[in-house]
Amino acid sequence: MRYSDVVIIGGGPAGMSAALSAREAGADKVTLIERDDSLGGILQQCIHNGFGLHRFGEELTGPEYAERYEKMVREADIEVMTGTIVTDLDSRRIVTCVSEDRGCIQIKAGAVVLAMGCRERPRGALNIPGTRPAGVITAGTAQKFVNVEGYMPGREVVILGSGDIGLIMARRMTLEGAHVKAVCEIMEDSGGLTRNIVQCLKDFGIPLKLRHTVTEIHGRDRVEGVTVAQVDENLKPVKGTEEFIPCDTLMLSVGLIPENELSKKAGVEISPTTKGPVIDANRQTKIPGIFACGNVVKVHELVDFVSEEGHTAGRSAACFAMGMNLAVQEKQAKKHVKEKKGVQNLPAETGATICTICPVGCTLKVTGEADGQLKVEGNSCRRGRAYAIKEFTSPERTLTSIMAAGDGTMVPVKTDKPIPKEKISECMKIINEKTLMLPISLGNIIIEKIGGTEANLICTRSFINK
Amino acid sequence: MYKTAIIGAGVIGAMTARRLAAYDAELIVLEKEADVAMGQSKANSGIVHAGFDPEPGSLKAKLNLKGNRMMEETCHQLGVNFRRNGSLVVAFSEEDKKTLKKLYDRGNINGVDGLRLISGEEAREIEKNLSESVKGALYAPSAGVVCPYDLTIEAMGNAMDNGAQLMTNFEVSSIKKKEGYYIIKATDGREIEAEYVVNCAGLYSDKIAAMAGDTSFHITPRAGEYMLLDKEAGYLTDATIFKVPDAMGKGVLATKTVDGNILLGPTSADRENREDDRVTHCGLDIVREKEKMFFDNVPFDKVITQFAGLRAHGDKGDFIINSPVPGFVNAAGIESPGLTSAPAAAIKIEEILIGTGFRAPMKKNYNPCREKVVRFRELSIHEKNALIRKNKDYGQMVCRCEEITKAEILQALRRNPKATDIDGVKRRTRSGMGRCQGGFCMPHVLEIIAEEQNKKPEEVTKKGGGSKILYGRVKGGAR
Repeated sequence: MRYSDVVIIGGGPAGMSAALSAREAGADKVTLIERDDSLGGILQQCIHNGFGLHRFGEELTGPEYAERYEKMVREADIEVMTGTIVTDLDSRRIVTCVSEDRGCIQIKAGAVVLAMGCRERPRGALNIPGTRPAGVITAGTAQKFVNVEGYMPGREVVILGSGDIGLIMARRMTLEGAHVKAVCEIMEDSGGLTRNIVQCLKDFGIPLKLRHTVTEIHGRDRVEGVTVAQVDENLKPVKGTEEFIPCDTLMLSVGLIPENELSKKAGVEISPTTKGPVIDANRQTKIPGIFACGNVVKVHELVDFVSEEGHTAGRSAACFAMGMNLAVQEKQAKKHVKEKKGVQNLPAETGATICTICPVGCTLKVTGEADGQLKVEGNSCRRGRAYAIKEFTSPERTLTSIMAAGDGTMVPVKTDKPIPKEKISECMKIINEKTLMLPISLGNIIIEKIGGTEANLICTRSFINK
Repeated sequence: MYKTAIIGAGVIGAMTARRLAAYDAELIVLEKEADVAMGQSKANSGIVHAGFDPEPGSLKAKLNLKGNRMMEETCHQLGVNFRRNGSLVVAFSEEDKKTLKKLYDRGNINGVDGLRLISGEEAREIEKNLSESVKGALYAPSAGVVCPYDLTIEAMGNAMDNGAQLMTNFEVSSIKKKEGYYIIKATDGREIEAEYVVNCAGLYSDKIAAMAGDTSFHITPRAGEYMLLDKEAGYLTDATIFKVPDAMGKGVLATKTVDGNILLGPTSADRENREDDRVTHCGLDIVREKEKMFFDNVPFDKVITQFAGLRAHGDKGDFIINSPVPGFVNAAGIESPGLTSAPAAAIKIEEILIGTGFRAPMKKNYNPCREKVVRFRELSIHEKNALIRKNKDYGQMVCRCEEITKAEILQALRRNPKATDIDGVKRRTRSGMGRCQGGFCMPHVLEIIAEEQNKKPEEVTKKGGGSKILYGRVKGGAR
C-alpha cells in the first residue's frame, strides 16, 4: 500500500486550495485525486464571470479562477492524479481509487480532506407527475453540454427553479439561440443573486413566475410541454391556475446536495440540516484525521469562500498528519459581505437598479434633476454612483460565451471589459462566425475591439496540448 | 421462412424464445419497441410470488408455483441476481386476519412451502420497522425478488446466443394465414413468414389475437404507479410487505429490490390508453398514504424516481395460454404473477405449440447458460486490477453512483440483445439509476454510444423513436 501525508479527494476549488495549504504547512507528500481529466471541477463549465472578487480582488470567469489555482498546484510539488475516482474510504483513512493507468490502488493517508463538492437534485426528488420523455435535464448537465461539449440540449425551454445555475443557464441558452419561455419559482422569492436576476432574466425579457411550479410533464418521446400552476401558501398547486406551456425542454435548477457517499462509507457524521459532515473550526469531521471543505460540507454561495475553507482544511490536515496540535490553528473566520439575493431587492420604479460593482449590492436610484444633472441615491461609495449613471444612461455588460475551435473543442471567451448592452447580439454573431486554432492560452486576444466596442475578446482557458 | 415467430419481447416472449431456441428450427422474435422489456416487463414490482394468491386449480396457481421453484436455477443459468427475501401479508384488523387465514388455506392447497400465520410481534421480529398497528401476518419464506428487465434481457440474450433472431421496431400491423404458414406485416412495410406464431404481445395481445381471427378476450391497461427510494433507505424492509388483497389486486406493497433499493407501490387504476404510463399526483398520494400504514416512518425524502407500469389485465380471470387457430398460440392476459410464472409459462407455451403441430429436432449444442455480465462494483480489488490490466476501460468510471465502468457500458452495447440507447444501457448496467439519476454520467454514456455506433451525438436517443437528447452543435463542426 502507498502512503501519503495528506490525500485530498476532489480537484475542484476546495481541493486545490486544500492541497496548496497542506504543502505550505509542511506536509511532505500531498496527493490530490480528481476524477476528471483536468483540475478545476465544476468551475470549468461555469464560463460566466463573477468569481474571485474576494480572493483575487477582480472579477474572473470560472475557468480563469480554476487556472490560477491549477498553476499554483502544478508549481507546488503536489502529486496530482487526474482521471482517478475514489471508490472507497474507511475510518482508518485508507483511500481506494481506480484509474486507467494505475488500476485499483489503495493509499494510506496521514490525513484525508474531503472535497467532493455537490450534485444536483434530479427530477425524481421532486415527484413531478407526467410522462418520462427525453428533454428533462438538470441545469448543470445542460451547462456541461453547452459550454464544454458544445451541444444544444434544447430549443424551447422552461426552467424550474430560480437558483443561480438556472438563471445563468437562462442567459446562456438565450445567447446561444434558444427561447427560454419562463423561469418558474415555487417560493415567493428567487434564491438567486439579484445581480443574476437583472443580468440573466431582465436583460433578455425572460419572465420570472414566482409562486409557480410545474405540475405535469407532457410528451412521449421528447418533452412537448409542461403544465405550470400557481401554488398556495402550503406550496400546493391552486386549481384553475394551470397553464400549458409548449416546450421541448424542462430544465431543473432545484437545489444542490453535498456529495457525501464517501463520507458515509468512512462513517463520518452527517448533519441533517446541511447534508454535509459535521465539522469543527479546523474543518475536522467527527473522525480524527478526516477533514472536509467546500460544497461537500454545505453549498456555498461564492467560490472564494470555498477556497478559503479549503485553505483551513488543508492546513489542519497537514498539522494532523505531522502530529501537531490542531487547536493552535484556530483562527477567526473572516466576515464576509453577503451579496443580495432575490427579486425583493429589485426596485420596481424606473431608474432604479442594483449595483453589481461589489458584493454589497446597493439599491440605487437615479433621478433627473431640473438642471439636467443626474442624482444618485442609495450608493455607499463613489463607484456606485458612476455605475448608476452608466446603468441609467448606457448600460454595459461583460459578455461571456464559447467559441468553437477547428477540432470541435469549445473555448470559453469573454470581453475584457464591459460592452454596451445593445451590442451583445452583434458580438455574439461575430463570435459564432469565427473558428479558432489551437493551441491557445488564457488571456490571448482573439478579436480586438469586438463589434466596434472598446473591449477585446479574450480566451479564458488555456488549451496548450491540443 | 421461419419456423416460429414470437410477437413481443417481454419476459414471456424472451423466456419462450429461450425454450424454443433449443430446437433446431429458425426462430425470430418481433418487438415493436427499440429494445426488449419495454412494456410491463420494464415497470413492475419484481416480485417472485410464493403462490398463495391465485385460485386453486387455475393456470395462475400452477404456473406461479412451478415458476417460483424454477426461478433459482433459471436465474443462476442466466447470471441474473435473485434473492428469496420472503414476503409478509400484514393484517390491521380482525377482518384482515380472517382474510389471512383464507390466503393461508389457499396457499396450502396450491402447495406453497413454509407458509406461516404469525402474530404482529413475530412480524416485527422479521421486519422491525413494521408499524405497531400490524396485528398479524402471513409469512411466506419462498417469495423472492428479481429484476424483471434483467431477467428478460438475459433470457433473450441466451436465446440469441443459441441462434434466435430479434427484430426491434417491428410493430405488427397484420397477420395473414396462408397454406401452412403466416405472413406477418409491420407498420413500416417489412414482412416475415413463419409456420408458427406465438402471441406474447402483452398489452396488445388481444389486438394481435384478433389479427389471427381470435376475438375471444379483451385486455385493459391497468396502471400501477411506484416510487423508488435510494439504497440508503434500504433499512426500511428486506422482505416484501403486502396488505391484504382487494378486487383490484394485491394492492400497494413495499419491498427491497434485488439491487437494494426500496420500491413502494403500485397503485391500481384502469387507463383508457395502452400507452398512458403517466405518473399522477393522485397516484403518488395513494402510495404515500398506503405505505404509512405499514411503517411509522417512511423516508420519502429518499425518493429518487417515480414511474408507472401498465399491466395487461385480461377479462378471463386467468392467464390465457391456448391455440385458438392452428399454428397460432396465445400467451395473453399474463399479469401478476406473470413474472414469477414466466419460466413455467414458457414450458406451457411450448406444450401448446407442440399440440398444434410444431415439430423440430433438438439442437446438439444448445446451451441454457450464459456467462454472467461483469459487475465491476461486486469484485475484489485483486479482481478489479486483473480486469483493468486486461482492459483499460475498466479503469474508467462512468457512473459514480452505481460504480459502472466504461467497459461495462461497452459490454451492454456489444452483448446480445444489444443496447441501442441511453435507457437500454441504463437497464443493462444500472448507469444512471443511482441517486443522481444520470446527471453526471448521461453525457458520457451518450458519447460512448455515439462513438461505438458511429453516430453523431445528436442522433443518440433516450429510448428510441423521437427521444433525442441533443439538438445539434451550439456552433462549430463536430468534435
